[in-house]
Amino acid sequence: MHPAYTEEHQAFRALVRRFVETEVTPHVEAWEEAKSFPRALYRKAGEVGLLGVGYPEAYGGTPADIFYSIVLCEEVAKAGSGGVSAGLLSHGIAIPPIVALGSAALKAKVVPTVIRGEKIAALAVTEPSGGSDVANLQTTARREGEHFVVSGSKTFITSGMRADFYTVAVRTGGEGMGGISLLLIDRDTPGFTATPLEKMGWWASDTATLYFDECRVPVSNLIGEENQGFFGLMLNFNHERIAIAANAYAFSAVCYEEAVAWARERVTFGRPLLSRQVIRHKLVDMAMHIHSTRCFLEATAYRVMQGESPIAEICMLKNHATQCLEHCAKEAVQILGGAGYIRGAKSERIYRETKVLAIGGGAEEIMKELASKHLGW
Amino acid sequence: MKILVTMKRVTDYERKVKIAPDGSHLITEGMNFVANPFDEIAVEEALRLTKAHGGEVVVFSAGPKDAAQQIRQGLAMGADRGIHLLTDKELDSDAVARLLAKVVDQEKPDLVILGKQATDDDANQAGQLLAGYLGWAQGTFASKHEGLEGPEEKAQKPGLAIEGGKVHVVREVDGGLETIALDMPAVVTTDLRLNHPRFTTLPNIMKAKKKKLDEVTAESLGVDLSPKVKMLRFSEPPARTAGQIVDSVDTLIHKLKNERKVIA
Ligand SMILES: Cc1cc2nc3c(=O)[nH]c(=O)nc-3n(C[C@H](O)[C@H](O)[C@H](O)COP(=O)(O)OP(=O)(O)OC[C@H]3O[C@@H](n4cnc5c(N)ncnc54)[C@H](O)[C@@H]3O)c2cc1C
Repeated sequence: MHPAYTEEHQAFRALVRRFVETEVTPHVEAWEEAKSFPRALYRKAGEVGLLGVGYPEAYGGTPADIFYSIVLCEEVAKAGSGGVSAGLLSHGIAIPPIVALGSAALKAKVVPTVIRGEKIAALAVTEPSGGSDVANLQTTARREGEHFVVSGSKTFITSGMRADFYTVAVRTGGEGMGGISLLLIDRDTPGFTATPLEKMGWWASDTATLYFDECRVPVSNLIGEENQGFFGLMLNFNHERIAIAANAYAFSAVCYEEAVAWARERVTFGRPLLSRQVIRHKLVDMAMHIHSTRCFLEATAYRVMQGESPIAEICMLKNHATQCLEHCAKEAVQILGGAGYIRGAKSERIYRETKVLAIGGGAEEIMKELASKHLGW
Repeated sequence: MKILVTMKRVTDYERKVKIAPDGSHLITEGMNFVANPFDEIAVEEALRLTKAHGGEVVVFSAGPKDAAQQIRQGLAMGADRGIHLLTDKELDSDAVARLLAKVVDQEKPDLVILGKQATDDDANQAGQLLAGYLGWAQGTFASKHEGLEGPEEKAQKPGLAIEGGKVHVVREVDGGLETIALDMPAVVTTDLRLNHPRFTTLPNIMKAKKKKLDEVTAESLGVDLSPKVKMLRFSEPPARTAGQIVDSVDTLIHKLKNERKVIA
């Protein structure tokens, strides 16, 4: 175990594990089929402090290092539903810019109620015209007296249908990253509508396209300085990508464990699958990828905890972890055979959830490009 | 009111325990350890009682250095402070009872609440022995009338009722429930249907780090830990053999009577 894990991390792991085993895992199948999980889950998670990890005490959070966030991602992932993970923790990308840059009034309005699980927060950056090229986003916010008037649309937004607060990237200035601002937009704002999207995976989380039709948003909802929004988004990246890596790692482990259990039980040609060299070697390859991902994850998280910002490593970590997941999910489904293709197997679901992690939070190609710029050639 | 509760460090009941090849001991390396679930119920009950009546909850554990984790869990649930008897020895129930008797002398609690048994050795003796050594009344297998599904549990009400210097304990006995009234101070042991222990919370896990946890030794308490019960051998339960399909109830009865001789 990495030395950064203390007794309190272990106690937190035990708490999250018990929470997930009692409040999440038994319902995952039903929530997946229903394509939603109850709003009450946010409040339950809030009650035991799961939504406040790493946020200031003054706003109801619990200051905690990045290894607590990793523990949280890993343990929630054990329920085997990326949709639940993404939906329940969507505030993890929505509120950090508010905490870091928002006015005292904005923080007091949004952060405590989200951390208690009463309100849901979402981040809206990606647009129908593109997600990778954030600096080129098209949604505009025109200043009119004490309001911004917002026009445009966002898409693929997690918790997009039922969020109460949206942290929205808008264009307030000229072209490029220097013209972007972040605005907090309430769901009740006249002119705001959302429509749901059907997806390959992550069924339990809602994903939506958002439309802003001349939405009037008070100037006081500006998060940080005008035209400095890109900086606010960048604050998210390190944590978000490490969280995605932690998720990918944990889901890989779920696939591996399901495959091992299956290989032990399943008898073909008179012997358990686990006795076949081909299968054993597949499992070793899975274990190898999982192990290296975990070491990479913890080593990188440790550097972040020391105050470093190892951008190239974080980009490579995200790719390494999501490739590990693609490998493990594929092999687990293969080892399970037909059962791996039938609804109900965790690997079946996770197989459908691999791509979203390789695309969201910075797509694989974008991660490589960014890493190449930071490797110091 | 002051309540002393126990929190034993036990092997995770969801994992399979390995036995050393010569059967002399259990292999605990790499095992996951948790708090004895019956003790979690004891802590929960104590917290509900002090919430209703005021007072202090003290968590006790005897065990190796890492047993502090289980005490901290009790503190994270809300207990006020901990006492850790540090020892690497295997303790039998009698040694634990004699240790607890000394701690009771020093702490003078109004109530000691223990799990009725620990999920590792299932001995079910420490509470009874402690009551014997102290000469106190004992209420074992504490439960509650309506069980865990009723409104009282939803409202997180204590199952033990304290009134006029007595504690009323609903006990699970063969064929039903009986209610007894014990003069305090008293010893109570908990059964599974007394309460649902609460979750810890992240803020409380962080706060527990700062709560007082005293370490004591058996020598300082003047207790000899040598076991009275000697473990002779550990062995696996016999492996299940394949079943048989019989063609009729008559054949089944015939086989049970004549081959297995399990019915007359
Ligand atoms: C289920 C789900 C949930 C999501 N949740 C959110 C959310 O909550 N909030 C939010 O803002 N967004 C969210 N997203 C959007 C996600 O962040 C974007 O999909 C992602 O950033 C990629 O953007 P894009 O889909 O527009 O692809 P594009 O940017 O169009 O890219 C398409 C492909 O081309 C590659 N590519 C792009 N540019 C280059 C280049 N210069 N060189 C080489 N290759 C390139 C990309 O890597 C990708 O493979 C979510 C997406 C999904 C699927």
